[in-house]
Amino acid sequence: MAVPVAFFAVFFAYPVTAIVARGLKTGGTWQPGRIGDVLAQSDVRQVLWFTTWQALVSTALTLLIALPGAYVFARFDFPGRQVLRAVVTVPFVLPTVVVGTAFMALVGRGGLLDELWGVRLDTTVWAILLAHVFFNYAVVVRTVGGLWSQLDPRQEEAARMLGASRFAAWRTVTLPALAPAVAAAALMVFLFTFTSFGVVQILGGPAFSTLEVEIYRQTSEIFDLSTAAVLTMIQFVAVGAILALHAWTVRRRETALRLVDASATARRPRGAGQWALLGSVVATVAVLILLPLAVLVQRSFGAAGLGYYRTLTEDDGGVFLAAPIEAVGNSLQYAVAATAIAVLIGSLAAVALTRRDAGRLVRGFDALLMLPLGVSAVTVGFGFLIALDEPPLDLRASWILVPLAQALVGVPFVVRTMLPVLRAVDVRLREAAAVLGASPWRAWREVDLPMVRRALLIAAGFAFAVSLGEFGATVFIARPENPTLPVAVARLLGRPGGLNYGQAMALSTILMIVCAVALLVLERLRTDRTGEF
Amino acid sequence: MLLSLQGATVRFGGRAVLDAVDLGVAEHEIVCVLGPSGSGKSTLLRAVAGLQPLDSGRIRLDGHDQAGVPAHKRGVGLMFQDHQLFPQRDVGGNVAFGLRMHGASRTEQSERVRELLGLVGLPGAAGRAVAALSGGEQQRVALARALAPSPRLLMLDEPLGQLDRSLRERLVVELRELFGRLGTTVLAVTHDQGEAFALADRVVVMRDGRIAQSGTPLEVWQRPADAFVARFLGFENVVEATVVDGVAVTPWGKAPVPDGAPQGARTLLVRPAGVRLVPADEGLRCTVAARTFRGTHVAVRLQPEDAPRLEAACALRAAPEVGDEVGVEFDATEIAVLG
Repeated sequence: MAVPVAFFAVFFAYPVTAIVARGLKTGGTWQPGRIGDVLAQSDVRQVLWFTTWQALVSTALTLLIALPGAYVFARFDFPGRQVLRAVVTVPFVLPTVVVGTAFMALVGRGGLLDELWGVRLDTTVWAILLAHVFFNYAVVVRTVGGLWSQLDPRQEEAARMLGASRFAAWRTVTLPALAPAVAAAALMVFLFTFTSFGVVQILGGPAFSTLEVEIYRQTSEIFDLSTAAVLTMIQFVAVGAILALHAWTVRRRETALRLVDASATARRPRGAGQWALLGSVVATVAVLILLPLAVLVQRSFGAAGLGYYRTLTEDDGGVFLAAPIEAVGNSLQYAVAATAIAVLIGSLAAVALTRRDAGRLVRGFDALLMLPLGVSAVTVGFGFLIALDEPPLDLRASWILVPLAQALVGVPFVVRTMLPVLRAVDVRLREAAAVLGASPWRAWREVDLPMVRRALLIAAGFAFAVSLGEFGATVFIARPENPTLPVAVARLLGRPGGLNYGQAMALSTILMIVCAVALLVLERLRTDRTGEF
Repeated sequence: MLLSLQGATVRFGGRAVLDAVDLGVAEHEIVCVLGPSGSGKSTLLRAVAGLQPLDSGRIRLDGHDQAGVPAHKRGVGLMFQDHQLFPQRDVGGNVAFGLRMHGASRTEQSERVRELLGLVGLPGAAGRAVAALSGGEQQRVALARALAPSPRLLMLDEPLGQLDRSLRERLVVELRELFGRLGTTVLAVTHDQGEAFALADRVVVMRDGRIAQSGTPLEVWQRPADAFVARFLGFENVVEATVVDGVAVTPWGKAPVPDGAPQGARTLLVRPAGVRLVPADEGLRCTVAARTFRGTHVAVRLQPEDAPRLEAACALRAAPEVGDEVGVEFDATEIAVLG
């Protein structure tokens, strides 16, 4: 418990405090009245309103589209399932900037739809909503489907035998068991869309602006740090309230579930209805996820063939101090370190949270752990930059700074993935181990760990993917000579000209492939190990 | 005494689940705690195992106070009601678990696993997955797992609860024989009197967190301590009576009691065998309300005109039909004056 608390105190609370102080304090005195001033501005209210409703609609839309997907991935066994599962996860790890650009290429001016039918969505909110669904499809499929695949189908069968229709059995048996996972997924999607930055920046134009975009604009364009600080605090409070509400609903529904081996629950679809469902899910994935990615890849070749890729290895001396391709190595190193930190801190926290004697204080920490997700990544990065560059803690020159920031964003994923599974482990198994002579720590290692190994791997995969794609915070602290992939892409996109645009597309494609490979390895690992569970 | 409890009390939200329980278990003794569900028997085991802290009182093992000793250092074994086998380990891994925790070497482990699986009648099952075992096999594996680290006290929570009847009857005999051979000290809990009587050297009957009676199976069977114990053992003919000079005055009329029975207002138990059927014009006049075939005899329910029902045990051929009118007389040797 002490380790995660210390980690968050030093690398989260401290930087955030620093930036808030920087913003609210002028000439050594506090100016709390600034909050009221900022809130009174009508454009700020408009930003708040838009941020909220687009997040709500995005979440609803994502659930609507992704829940059938979660079912299909959890319960159906079909050729190419592993590949498809990895495919839906790829968007989640792509830098938001790239996704924004990919959708621009699809639905924007001169985009694919424009070329074909003259349809343009980039001036409407639909482009943003679609991109959000694109991003968060995997969140729902992974969080809900992961648990779904481990629910014992016989529970539903028991309900059927008691006279429940297929739907009634699902509604009364499976849905309540899934509810915490659905709530967790919905919460994540809401948070991501509430704090959406890159997508809105690209697709929103001047018409649509979220809090995050506004904070960035105030910080980097207008240099109005105090307004940015006030907006950060508003976001902080809103996110904190949502998280508290979520923690409350999840706790109320905590039940020990009978988890079974996931490999035994999936079977071939039967009947026209199930095949149609599978078909529609595959079609959704194809149109919603593969199409934008395909357009992205197509643009990376452009008219130049492999030309854009070839230039990546050349030291251009302009945008970068090194060849852009080196960003791949940097990204991988950072992501590995960040994953290790996130998994360590996250599992320690998750274990502390599941202890039966965990008090109110500890459980409050549950919500606190989620805060870095909700607080703008821009704030975290900027906070790191101004708080950790001077004594007592000077990490500015250290390479660990970037992994630390990325781990901060990854920890909530680890905790969220592990908590439901840890909570579902029967206490009496631990007691059985204790009576046989296992100390509490040993009992955890012998009983819980083998059961949560799958969750741990999924958590590590998520942390790794998030670290690879992290942009908002990294852009502030990555050293110019060691950019990560997303940072390199953003820099290229920020410069005019077809070559930079093509190079950005090429680098994005590489990032996409790296993520896909990493996830496929993880999927392999999962299936190879299933015999142990 | 290997195990002794003094005033052991556990409260759940103000309600005493264990209420000042005093209990001793001597070395090599098999003690069976018998009681209806909710009587606190599982809590008793959990308290001894160290899984449930006491609110007051004392638990001693080998004379040493166990307050503050965590479960894994008490050296007692507990076989859980629903086994709680580790699903991710095979049979051998489950049985070897306790040995590993105690730092046994690999060869010791495999040797002991082989020995124990042989002992419980599952030789060569070490490599099997626990999910593939039948209920009876799981039971045996759970037993082998609990026995493996040679606990000084083995506790069994409803050891045969989920098994079918014939298997249960066979296993209970096997268990008693096995424990006798190994000299294991056993504290078991069950709600099944047949199981308790077949397994135990001594039976302890619990009610609402308190001990209602303790004694050998024969003592408890012959002289239940009170009406609760008698009814729990399945006796129906339990009434309040006044005993004067070898005769009890009951709602069923006068009944003879054994010599030396205590006098005054008492609870009277008439075993079914002590209810003799005679022609309708002799003794207490009853109507046969129901008859149940019990294999060796027929249980007959009799309804007197204005008294509680009586249960009688009849030989197969002599059993009357439902609706018949019969008379009843009582046999002093099958009557017990309680408490």
